[in-house]
Amino acid sequence: MREVAVIGVGMTKWGELWEKSLRDIFVETALLALDDAGVDKIDSLIVGSMSSGLFIGQEHLASLLADYLGQTPVPAARVESACASGGLALRTGFIEVASGMADIVLVSGVEKMTDVNGNEATYALGTAADQEYECYHGITFPGLYALIARAHMEKYGTTREQLAMVAVKNHHNGSMNPLAQYPYEITVDGVLCSVLVADPLRVLDCSPITDGAAAMILCPVDIAKKMKKPLVKITGSGQATDTIALSSRKDLTWIESTYQAAKKAYSMAGKKPQDMDVIEVHDCFTIAEICVTESLGLVEKGKGGKAVEEGVTSLQGKFPVNASGGLKAKGHPVGATGVAQAIEIVKQLREEAGPRQVKGARVGLTQNMGGSGGSSIVHIFERS
Amino acid sequence: MPTPSRYWREIPQRYRLEAAKCKKCGAISFPPRLVCPECKAREFESITLADKGKIITYTIIRVAPQPFVDQTPYAVGIVELDDGVRLTGQIVDFNFEDLKTGSRVRIEFRKIYQEGEAGVIYYGYKFVPE
Repeated sequence: MREVAVIGVGMTKWGELWEKSLRDIFVETALLALDDAGVDKIDSLIVGSMSSGLFIGQEHLASLLADYLGQTPVPAARVESACASGGLALRTGFIEVASGMADIVLVSGVEKMTDVNGNEATYALGTAADQEYECYHGITFPGLYALIARAHMEKYGTTREQLAMVAVKNHHNGSMNPLAQYPYEITVDGVLCSVLVADPLRVLDCSPITDGAAAMILCPVDIAKKMKKPLVKITGSGQATDTIALSSRKDLTWIESTYQAAKKAYSMAGKKPQDMDVIEVHDCFTIAEICVTESLGLVEKGKGGKAVEEGVTSLQGKFPVNASGGLKAKGHPVGATGVAQAIEIVKQLREEAGPRQVKGARVGLTQNMGGSGGSSIVHIFERS
Repeated sequence: MPTPSRYWREIPQRYRLEAAKCKKCGAISFPPRLVCPECKAREFESITLADKGKIITYTIIRVAPQPFVDQTPYAVGIVELDDGVRLTGQIVDFNFEDLKTGSRVRIEFRKIYQEGEAGVIYYGYKFVPE
């Protein structure tokens, strides 16, 4: 297997981008990534998108985007693993480069979510759950994570305030990220007063609906070494599945797919959780970040709430989690999220993260998750 | 929205709680599967689920998908039946303040939602106080 490096990243401001189409936001970010890498030709294009069909009625997405990027006849593929589609795009590109099938691969993620109304968006997102045995009964995604939240609170004593602290921390970090959808601070009281969506989760526990794209360029380390930029390698990649229906899990508070994906990524990289300097996780809801920090082995089982309260996961803490602002503040265009997480780690390792820079970060991790944990994808990055 | 054929296919589970019990390890699958998730065996016998159980976790949905908007707020939970199977479904006929994990419930056959005034009416199981 060849060693793989990231040589270019591209991301534009996320938000409700009514004036721009899916192809616009994709091409803008892809051009930024190509320019950052200093290449104008690619061997392969991978795009992660959860549901372009339901959000804009467009399938056959990869060819459309290759066309608008001016890269036909390059081979192009769209991959999907619900909200982990971006992470899967990265992994697919990693495999292509590592295997020698391609040298220069554009890995991207995109979702255009505001061309439909809120109910239609809720429906589209709900397709990541079991249509016949979850959605049929009126459950929503906030609802599924609310079921997890109550189980975690009752099993481990996690408090409502600790959930709020995840959102407050991520908004604090996001206030230093000019590309974030909501780059401003919020307070614990503000979260606790916000409208209930699915008890005990309130609207400020939830990541928003976002238009956005993200792109990066991968290549073999041998080629990357000839470039002038700091060398960032992808040294670990892991992917795992679990039951799609939450009710089928033996422990509702434990994200087994994340544990399994992380185990593979740590093993491939020869690293342990303690080696991670900067971490981006899938905080689609505040409770998700708490469960994921446990399943990644950063904190003890059941201690995720306490960890955020004690500042372990703050920018100055032992394990800075979601320096970018996370899904909560940065936004969550579902298919783009996994790629944007990787971009944040690359920026951190290149020491280009500005006021939210984690000093001296050399090793970083991303965790991207589909549905209520039916799929997880973990990557480890190192600067050398 | 489910089409008639899609709705019809699920009737044995939604109306009659038909499940599959693995002939090798005894694990119950609901809905029935072709491969046992516990032991990978492929032989099953058809059984009916227990109709009583207890609430494992619950939430109250206040922002709902379109077909359920007129039912908000409503409770949805995961219930562990007395045979060990866990199901997701609505918990009804409770005051929200009386809902607790561990509360005993039983399954009743109820309307889930309907497509407008003259459309299809969808039925299935809901949980009510035991």
